[in-house]
Amino acid sequence: MTAHADTDADADAETATDGREAGGVAVTDRQLDGLVDAAGEGVEFDGLSAWHDETGYGLAVPGEEHAGLDEAAFRAAAAELPAHLTNWYTWQLSIDYPSEPDRSVGAGRHYRAFLRWLEYAPTPSTPAWEETRDVEARYEALAREAGVVRHWGDLRIAVRLDEHGGRSYEVRHVDDVDVPAAELEHHHDPLDARAIGRLDDRGRYRPLRTAPSLATGWVFPALDPRDAVETVETFYPATVANWHLERAGELDVTHWAETAGRQTGIYGIVDELDAGAVDRIAASCCVDSQCHKRREWEFDDDRDLDADPGDGPFPCREPCSLVVAAARKWTTLEREEPRTYEFELTPSEKEQLEAIVDAAADDRTDEIREADVYEGANRYRTRYLRAKLFDEDGNLCGTPTEPETHDDHGDHGDHGDE
Amino acid sequence: MSQALVIVAHGSHLNPDSSAPTHAHADRIREAAAFDEVRTGFWKEEPSLREVLRTVEADEIYLVPLFISEGYFTEQVIPRELRLEGWDVSQWDSDGLSADHVTLTAADTGQAVHYCGPVGTHESMTEVLVRRAETVTEDPDVGPGFGLAVVGHGTERNENSAKAIEYHADRVRETGRFDEVQALFMDEEPEVDDVTDYFDSPDVVVVPLFVADGFHTQEDIPEDMGLTDDYRTGYDVPATVDGHELWYAGAVGTEGLMAEVILERAADAGADVDEAMERVRERTKLAGGDGASEGGAGSPSDAADGADPEADADSDSESGEAATAR
Repeated sequence: MTAHADTDADADAETATDGREAGGVAVTDRQLDGLVDAAGEGVEFDGLSAWHDETGYGLAVPGEEHAGLDEAAFRAAAAELPAHLTNWYTWQLSIDYPSEPDRSVGAGRHYRAFLRWLEYAPTPSTPAWEETRDVEARYEALAREAGVVRHWGDLRIAVRLDEHGGRSYEVRHVDDVDVPAAELEHHHDPLDARAIGRLDDRGRYRPLRTAPSLATGWVFPALDPRDAVETVETFYPATVANWHLERAGELDVTHWAETAGRQTGIYGIVDELDAGAVDRIAASCCVDSQCHKRREWEFDDDRDLDADPGDGPFPCREPCSLVVAAARKWTTLEREEPRTYEFELTPSEKEQLEAIVDAAADDRTDEIREADVYEGANRYRTRYLRAKLFDEDGNLCGTPTEPETHDDHGDHGDHGDE
Repeated sequence: MSQALVIVAHGSHLNPDSSAPTHAHADRIREAAAFDEVRTGFWKEEPSLREVLRTVEADEIYLVPLFISEGYFTEQVIPRELRLEGWDVSQWDSDGLSADHVTLTAADTGQAVHYCGPVGTHESMTEVLVRRAETVTEDPDVGPGFGLAVVGHGTERNENSAKAIEYHADRVRETGRFDEVQALFMDEEPEVDDVTDYFDSPDVVVVPLFVADGFHTQEDIPEDMGLTDDYRTGYDVPATVDGHELWYAGAVGTEGLMAEVILERAADAGADVDEAMERVRERTKLAGGDGASEGGAGSPSDAADGADPEADADSDSESGEAATAR
């Protein structure tokens, strides 16, 4: 079990338990005090009931009920139910995010639902088809060394119990699942995730935080609930809120046409693109190989896109700024009319050009070995092709892009055309 | 009631350092414990302007734009993207420099948002310009024998951009601290290219009024002033040009004291931040030239300078397009 600071441990004497339900969880006087106080108002939470009426204190969990107790007996009975007691304490007193549907404004309810989901605990917004577990089953899993594991994009989040039934969260890259923690760089401040997520493993800037290019080699070994949420939200901003809004049936999906229509300034032109072009954009930028978000936006209310929306846990509710910025470029490119060019290529040269496009589109050029001349996108093969087919101005087969001006090939149309 | 601060900035798809000052200021304000929550949102990074409010727990938010002037971003983009219901620029009742704050409701989250004017036009920004001069000269008493040039983009499309530059230049001049103070611009008269023509003082501190370092502050201005023929080879601070010593400070927005301007904006809108402001002032001062600012280093790509309000400072295609709009 991961060591975890718990202020309760310093403040309270521990009450011994036999640990039969909770993997050796030691309940604290503070937790028992809390339940005694709460019994007056009545407790109904995750299968635990506690009350205080004219006959005395009472306590019940599925299959077990104690009534008419004095306070000492009530405390003793509660201490015999460490999973239920500490589960109640953790969720109702320790984790200070508001329960839904207590408040509709503010992100706290999203964060609480996420933490509940991490350990398969039910929430009001849990869909009927999703697996949930009762307190005993959860504690049994949380008490294991591996803890309870969920994936969130490239993040692997393991929840474990601390000694007093609180929660400790380990966050690492899914690809580092088998790497001993000692070999990973340890972090404790959620904001460290900002720097970790800034560059990929090859040192390239990641403007899209949810791109599947998160660097490996780090671990947040023991976060408290609030820091766990902050860490996840720093790696993947706003994903928790959007995930929960979707589950609560409140996700505000904005389709392409509306997003494009409200753009101004240099992006005011993107509403020129037709559904076919938008479909190509979604297929190019928004599929799982490019972004972990699951696309929920379509062309408009009536026209869906054919591109694979992906199947990640968190939704994409609107075309992002990268898509809008790229769409601006495609808008200007799509304004061009096609022309007929004539190139003379061998069959292998045609196939090689196709292989080069494929390798660039799949970001695979770095993987092609230097001497692997059997790969069309191999550097030597590509250089040979260029030497053979390009003229001194870089024109394929000597064919100028513009028939009348030889020096205007390449990225024409990019400069000052608006 | 808990209070949250949201700082919104431009950000960049291309330059990994563009958002660094925004994050640094947010971290400083977190350390000063002024707010229960401090979040950042970006036009080009994440969380987006569109989604930042839904990451905030509080139901009352102070929203401060990390932009230099009033204009396209503060008047159109930010209110639109954050879905501030009922926004109309007339609510600021501004002459281009005096936008203060207005309280609106975010349509998607229901949060109450105190939408503040940009940091660049706040009067306390003048102090940051002076602090920047102290930082670059490593002299807390810099002034006598020195000239100060405040440099802006000065796009003709938005007069507010030039107004902010002249406003702060005037305010520094009124203090009498520097022998001479001059507002200069990149694309209009008086031009930064001719900086030495405007000063008699042997030493001149040059501070660009930009929120982050980027293409303009790291490439254009150093080359325009003749600090270097090629920005990639770097330049000296100070550098000798036409017999003057030019102390080029880089973007004022990287100065640690900027955090205080953000707090001032929130305070003007009713946030309770007095003690935190004192802490920020002390900490940025004690840190002196080391660590109080993010310095002038960064990648030579364009950044969130916010001084070209009509266009989009971080065009992701060619920079030539960045200046063309609509």
